[in-house]
Amino acid sequence: MTDKEFTLDDLRRILLQAAGADEGTDLGADILDTSFDLLGYESLALLETGACIEREYGISLDDDTLTTDALTPRALIKTVNERLAAARS
Amino acid sequence: MTGASAPVAVTGLGVAAPNGLGAADYWAATRGGKSGIGRITRFDPSGYPAQLAGEIPGFDAAEHLPSRLLPQTDRVTRLALAAADWALADAGVAPESFDPLDMGVVTASHAGGFEFGQGELQKLWARGSQFVSAYQSFAWFYAVNSGQISIRHGMKGPSGVVVSDQAGGLDALAQARRQVRKGTPLIVTGALDASVCPWGWVAQLASGRMSTSAEPTRAYLPFDRDARGYVPGEGGALLVLEPADAARARGARVLGEIAGYGATIDPAPGSGRPSTLRTAIRVALDDAGAAPGDVDVVFADGAGVPELDRTEAEAVSEVFGSGRVAVTVPKSMTGRLYSGAAPLDVACALLAMRAGVIPPTVHTDPCPEYDLDLVLYQARPAELRTALVVARGHGGFNSAMVVRAGE
Amino acid sequence: MTERRVALTGMEVLAPGGLGRAEFWRLISEGRTATRGITFFDPAPFRSRVAAEADFCGLEYGLSPQEARRMDRAAQFAVVAAGNAVDDSGADLGGIAPHRVGVVVGSAVGATMGLDEEYRVVSDGGRLDLVDHRYAVPHLYNFLVPSSFAAEVAWAVGGEGPATVVSTGCTSGIDAVGYGAELVREGSVDVMVAGAADAPISPITLACFDAIKATTPRTEAPERASRPFDGTRNGFVLGEGAAFFVLEELESARRRDAHVYAEIAGYATRSNAYHMTGLRRDGAEMAEAIRVALAEARMNPEDVDYVNAHGSGTKQNDRHETAAFKKSLGEHAFRTPVSSIKSMVGHSLGAIGAIEIAASALAMEYDVVPPTANLHTPDPECDLDYVPLTARDQLVDAVLTVGSGFGGFQSAMVLAGPERSIV
Repeated sequence: MTDKEFTLDDLRRILLQAAGADEGTDLGADILDTSFDLLGYESLALLETGACIEREYGISLDDDTLTTDALTPRALIKTVNERLAAARS
Repeated sequence: MTGASAPVAVTGLGVAAPNGLGAADYWAATRGGKSGIGRITRFDPSGYPAQLAGEIPGFDAAEHLPSRLLPQTDRVTRLALAAADWALADAGVAPESFDPLDMGVVTASHAGGFEFGQGELQKLWARGSQFVSAYQSFAWFYAVNSGQISIRHGMKGPSGVVVSDQAGGLDALAQARRQVRKGTPLIVTGALDASVCPWGWVAQLASGRMSTSAEPTRAYLPFDRDARGYVPGEGGALLVLEPADAARARGARVLGEIAGYGATIDPAPGSGRPSTLRTAIRVALDDAGAAPGDVDVVFADGAGVPELDRTEAEAVSEVFGSGRVAVTVPKSMTGRLYSGAAPLDVACALLAMRAGVIPPTVHTDPCPEYDLDLVLYQARPAELRTALVVARGHGGFNSAMVVRAGE
Repeated sequence: MTERRVALTGMEVLAPGGLGRAEFWRLISEGRTATRGITFFDPAPFRSRVAAEADFCGLEYGLSPQEARRMDRAAQFAVVAAGNAVDDSGADLGGIAPHRVGVVVGSAVGATMGLDEEYRVVSDGGRLDLVDHRYAVPHLYNFLVPSSFAAEVAWAVGGEGPATVVSTGCTSGIDAVGYGAELVREGSVDVMVAGAADAPISPITLACFDAIKATTPRTEAPERASRPFDGTRNGFVLGEGAAFFVLEELESARRRDAHVYAEIAGYATRSNAYHMTGLRRDGAEMAEAIRVALAEARMNPEDVDYVNAHGSGTKQNDRHETAAFKKSLGEHAFRTPVSSIKSMVGHSLGAIGAIEIAASALAMEYDVVPPTANLHTPDPECDLDYVPLTARDQLVDAVLTVGSGFGGFQSAMVLAGPERSIV
């Protein structure tokens, strides 16, 4: 699976599966630069989301990726794709 | 008014039962003698010796709860969250109009979120520890319903969780009453249980007390000469408790009062000492300031296991006199709901008092030796002021609660 | 009518590195730790691989083989500790009407070890969705419903009064003893055998805390893995064990000349109504529980000689709790010693609250504040006196002990020394 690119749609699907969506949140909107916090995801939801990404894509994220370092979908997608590229090389 | 003997009122009911979702549907089915027991649909039961359960049909959690809560909750918690919403609505309470510290949640549990737990155990052993969900740390544990309800409604006051098998539902109501008397203006209390999943089923089968009959009308027969064990079910009830005077002051409809409570545990098996159930009943009556003759109806535990039925019948006859009080087991229509059973019986007692009828015990052909005035097959009209609810749990837990009608 | 007061007259502790109250007190007053690499199973696949394991086997403490077989390890801890606590109290329970003797057992996760092991068997290692009842042990129901712990304890001590398990996550221990004290105070029982037990060191528990990164991933130097309030801490260390007490009405305890370890002077629990695992940084609800417990004890913050902290060793907890102490105790928070025995015996989930009550009572007994072990690097955000490394001799007549648990529960209990209780 390591030749896959991780896209915003992938993230939307995993977020929904791992943590659902807040009633006031439209995941289908342009959310790339909206913080996970504003989207209604707290640390536990992000841990579950991170674990789902790790399992599905066979990569490993740092402990702080989702809670400290990658606070928006754009940042997370970039980090995941970097890990995927590293795994390919 | 607070204090050690201040009256505590029930002002709202939230019910999820195999024969009715919501208090109105449940009551309509129960007074009409409609059973919710049937062959298990949630998994294929054909490989198991017991194949009947009281399942709640038609509960779609997504209709009742935000999607953010679904991945992190077991079925039991989804049912409990819905029941809490209904209980508060029924009480006419908007939680945001209360100080958060003035509201608490006290529930009983039997098996926690056992189905969720089965899923995660399976991931652990079949796939590896990294497949276990972040939600497992709380989704399965016994405190989950109190925690999730307190969060959903912003209830920061005293909360709690008790586990005493099927007696626990009354222990929770008693603890809630204690907190109201100590000064908390509102407690959501009661219990729901739901462990109709293969892992839960296998654990329950180990009790050796489940009925293996495949006939829904012949499987669970409390106080019957052919009693052969029980059928488990899922669901229960949550109640809103408030100080009676405060409830009236806010114009709430008072469904009734939690008037008395007593609890005991039976001595160790083989000790030769008798069951302590009668003591629990007497303590509850004393606590309520009620004489046996004041009690209009007993909602019996109705184990459906001959020796347990006999002990209960003897205790009721000893306290009230043989055949001197009406006895019913509406859980013959739902199966035994573990800690959810007794709060549902308390709800049923309150609804029965309002309606002036005693709901029936269905399917039972009573064993004459027990000499009980069982209300059989159809509801019996009666003026009801005071009811006794009995709940007994595996391990010898006995709890009894006296409930009085509201005005 | 004078209000009934509650005395703690019997005690037993079964903790890692301290099986028995004397050994337990030696461990924590000497600042030694009982954390080690996990030996109960191979921890290699897990993120966190250390725990505070107790070298305990119920068979060596008088349980029959039949009892040991039908009881989960947590139940074995409970039954042994409860029996020893009754012996320690010198109370003649046989002289009391059995229905006036109650039992309460705190446990967060019940028979989780037994359930984990039995699941593996009936599911054939996770292969079967429809698990196979033919391989189930006959006592599996007792693992399903942990009220079996309360039944076992009641049978062992001969109590026939109210019996239940209190299960409020990691505040179960405090809440169980608080529940028991309330039953004594209101007069529902004459004697309450109250305590808590958990034995959570199992693969499923390790895995679920791994998933939320709550336990420490530190694997080197396991004896230094639990570091509450230290700037380098990075998660808690699982523990196991039990502590049990005999609670009775203070005047009747005095009449029979019982040794009174402490009075349960105040207790309260509140919820944060915020998050199942998360804590707000302000500690407001724990502060409220402390305030109510002190009020019930009729004490001012200045009366508190020692704060026995929850101190789990997660950054979130340590800061939340420090804020709660400042909010509830004011300036006195900076003057009173605060320590976490979880640095030494780990975090035994529902049991630890009771074990910490025992530590608090023993601190008053010996006028010694146990230390926080492994505290070398102060965290600038945790700026109280955490009694690093070494116990401190001082008069201890009133102790505040607190707990914080998943589900949002925040509990506080105030213990008063017997000197203080003489009015």
